[in-house]
Amino acid sequence: MSDAALAAIGVTASNETLESPARRALRRLLKHKGAIAGLVVIATFILLALFAPLISPYNPIATSWTLVRKPPSALHWFGTDDLGRDILARVIFGARASLLAGLISVSIALSIGVPLGLLAGYRGGFVDALISRITDAMLACPFLILAIALAAFLGPSLGNAMIAIGISATPVFIRLTRGQVMAVKIEDYVEAARAVGNPPWRIALVHILPNILPALLVQATLSIAAAIIAEAALSFLGLGQQPPAPSWGSMLNAAQRFLTNAPWMAIWPGLAIFLVVLSLNLVGDGLRDALDPRQR
Amino acid sequence: MLNFLARRLAQLVPTLFFVSVLIFSLQHLLPGDPALAMAGEERDPAVIEQIRKLYRLDQPIPVQYAYWLKGVLSGDFGESLRIKAPVRDLIAQKLPVTLQLGSMAIVIAFLIGIPAGIVSAVKRGTAWDYGANLFALWGISTPNFWLGILLIFLFSIKLNWLPASGYVPLTESLRGSLASTILPAFVLGNAIAAILMRHTRSAMMQVLESDYVRTARAKGLSERSVILKHAMRNALTPVITLGALELGTLLSGAVLTEQIFSIPGFGKLIVDAVFNRDYAVVQGVVLVTATVYILLNLVADIAYILVNPRLRG
Repeated sequence: MSDAALAAIGVTASNETLESPARRALRRLLKHKGAIAGLVVIATFILLALFAPLISPYNPIATSWTLVRKPPSALHWFGTDDLGRDILARVIFGARASLLAGLISVSIALSIGVPLGLLAGYRGGFVDALISRITDAMLACPFLILAIALAAFLGPSLGNAMIAIGISATPVFIRLTRGQVMAVKIEDYVEAARAVGNPPWRIALVHILPNILPALLVQATLSIAAAIIAEAALSFLGLGQQPPAPSWGSMLNAAQRFLTNAPWMAIWPGLAIFLVVLSLNLVGDGLRDALDPRQR
Repeated sequence: MLNFLARRLAQLVPTLFFVSVLIFSLQHLLPGDPALAMAGEERDPAVIEQIRKLYRLDQPIPVQYAYWLKGVLSGDFGESLRIKAPVRDLIAQKLPVTLQLGSMAIVIAFLIGIPAGIVSAVKRGTAWDYGANLFALWGISTPNFWLGILLIFLFSIKLNWLPASGYVPLTESLRGSLASTILPAFVLGNAIAAILMRHTRSAMMQVLESDYVRTARAKGLSERSVILKHAMRNALTPVITLGALELGTLLSGAVLTEQIFSIPGFGKLIVDAVFNRDYAVVQGVVLVTATVYILLNLVADIAYILVNPRLRG
């Protein structure tokens, strides 16, 4: 049974059930040490991205022929790259491309996937069959391969990479939303809403959507992690952020060419991707535990 | 069983149809005149005209699709504009390399993921469990191209044990072939090992609480025999099917891994095609990948029914 329905029944029972489902989920999330650590790391990276011009010690695209491939030092904490640019500055500015790609591509996936999933799950019949087969077809193309193919045909740029990743991430949300709707639409409160004469769009948006939000939230968090890796992969292949603008993926591409002489170039951008993705996975796992109504 | 097969096969047809539509429509995402875009740097009007003819770009889109599909169904994926070779031959040439890499990765994933999952479920709450969970979290969070670069640095540049890049075919030298593929196979297998470990852990924990495991213990069987003979066999059935779903991860991962280790496989083929704006090759690779993935899932579904007697009937 859904949280909302349980809360309604339990109003007079005890103080504990008076707590709203969202509050309870938050309280349980904050007990999850891994999720807290993840949230702190993500918040740090968001601040770095927002205030990059204030925090960054150098201009991320300023080249210098006297500073080519210098190891980490007091002046350049992370060292410099093959064009003499400060790596710390590029990692800080690179957070912008990565976080933006994660956020925007998952927003695209949500805004296409959730309405289609609601439609398929609620309407059923031919509409459902059509949407489901298209979803199957998209899921049959492995995520990154589909994203690479789309980005290749759209043309290389950060914006197109986000669109390509967003479209590739959409079928997961269609399938998830559809499955959740099918499970929820047979509940009594949906039946009741229909009985009092609510139009279908109102039932879908007001009565069904809020109850499937927890599952969408968990999937969205994990998808942002996947989208950030995908953006780095596309930029690594030259299909994402274009030079000289910094991106963690393209920094790793340059790093591979100078691995023998300048290994520090490979450490920092990879570590940044790893930390952000690890944190998002920790938060996603924490959210899943906190929102699971079976664990009380 | 036959009924299930028939239904499953009937579902394949529309899915494959939409896959083909999806991949065909990719070429219409090209900005501007597709013939001009496909020609790339080439500005010779004769070449552009030839491309227009070749892809029947002067005809209505459904007609173009019909011709394209007819070719694909008879194994003709078009011609690579850059390498001047049929896409089919290129794919046939590169596929075995990726299959070798993929099989090695799967073996590595099973060798790491399943024991780690069993140990962590049996020793729940101990340091072993935490260690295995940390490994899984690390495995799903590390971008495989970064791991590949770090391993090249450690094993090829610092220790000089393994070649940094390149590929030796199996037919040439077994030792050389293994040496050239072990690092990329580990990079690919590592991510899947992490996912397998999580599946194995939760399946094992469920099975360990079941009545027949309690009965086996009550009979006085050794703990070792309870876990290996009674619990593991039942827990691994769903894990193997779930593992099959990770083949998509494997194919995706192969793209960057082959790029980093300069292995001339399927993944490198698509990347090179993207760089060369060789669109027919990109379409062919995605189409073959999707078809392989769909068929492997079908095989996994059938295998699941075959090993699960309750679903037969």
